[in-house]
Amino acid sequence: MKKLVRVLLILGCFSIASMGYASIDVYEFEDKQQAEDFSILEQELRCPKCQNQNIADSNAGLAKDIKDRAYKLLKEGKSREEITQYMVDRYGDFITYRPPVTRSTWVLWFGPFVLLIVVLTILLFFVKRHKKSGSRLQAESSSVSEEEKRKIESLLQRYGQDETKSKEE
Amino acid sequence: MKWMRFGLPLGLFVVMAIFLLKGLEHDPSHLPSARLDQEIPVFSLGTLIDPSVTVTDGDLRGPLLLNVWATWCPSCRVEHPTLNELSKQGVTIVGLNYKDERPAAIQYLEQYHNPYSLVIFDENGDLGLDLGVYGAPETYFVDAKGIIRHRHVGVVTGQEWEGGLKDIWNSLSVELVSGGTK
Repeated sequence: MKKLVRVLLILGCFSIASMGYASIDVYEFEDKQQAEDFSILEQELRCPKCQNQNIADSNAGLAKDIKDRAYKLLKEGKSREEITQYMVDRYGDFITYRPPVTRSTWVLWFGPFVLLIVVLTILLFFVKRHKKSGSRLQAESSSVSEEEKRKIESLLQRYGQDETKSKEE
Repeated sequence: MKWMRFGLPLGLFVVMAIFLLKGLEHDPSHLPSARLDQEIPVFSLGTLIDPSVTVTDGDLRGPLLLNVWATWCPSCRVEHPTLNELSKQGVTIVGLNYKDERPAAIQYLEQYHNPYSLVIFDENGDLGLDLGVYGAPETYFVDAKGIIRHRHVGVVTGQEWEGGLKDIWNSLSVELVSGGTK
């Protein structure tokens, strides 16, 4: 019994969710391609009023206007690129989340790569320097031990023999 | 190479500081208009007062201000006295009633005085979309050839008018004079 209630409750949640979804305005399309184009447009067009939302997410009146216009243009047989350009003509590059490569967007497009190169260069520089100083240190330590090596070896020999002796005992 | 340990972070700091300082002055909600130096988009809409009277883009020959407003827009209400004052000074202002209801808009003008020489009724926001309007109020400076020379987003205050907008307005008239002598 408890299980049945639980199942019913869960089903109830789903039905509410789908009802909520159905109340959002529905656009009808002639074919799958058109529906897909529309959904991509919705994702890539940015709502000018709400700054960081695309028009699919936004509830602003303006977002709906843009959606409606995009839908109308799609129905007229305009391609996705044409519609994006149409909106850019009106609202500027701001409207698209995929801004074109222009002088003012160079920083946006190439900045990360430039930064990467700069950082890699600096990193390489430091790694090289570190290696150099590291090997120098090694060289120094080995040259020092050159004289002491014999000392150490003789010491080792003596105490090593002592040890073997003591083991034998 | 000791200077790098000190200079590199300092350099980075300076670059960041300049970048962020610029960001402080920049208002991201003020977008540049894509319609600058272009003609008013083609349209044909009725006036607010009389729907049977149609206005087209050909009728908008400046110098004039095209002011986008609506009764649902509180900032428009703030802006209204300035518009009244400007119209008294002889500035031609054409209103674009944007996504509004006709009776409410007419009542609004009766109540707060009508500074507009003409009010275009754009119920669905079609002309608004073609202009690139993204919020009211917006004011477009249109010259004698019907070309948009400037867009002001937000309330036109007396202070802003004196601090630059007036000069833009005057430059529209100067162009008209020099255009006439040609």
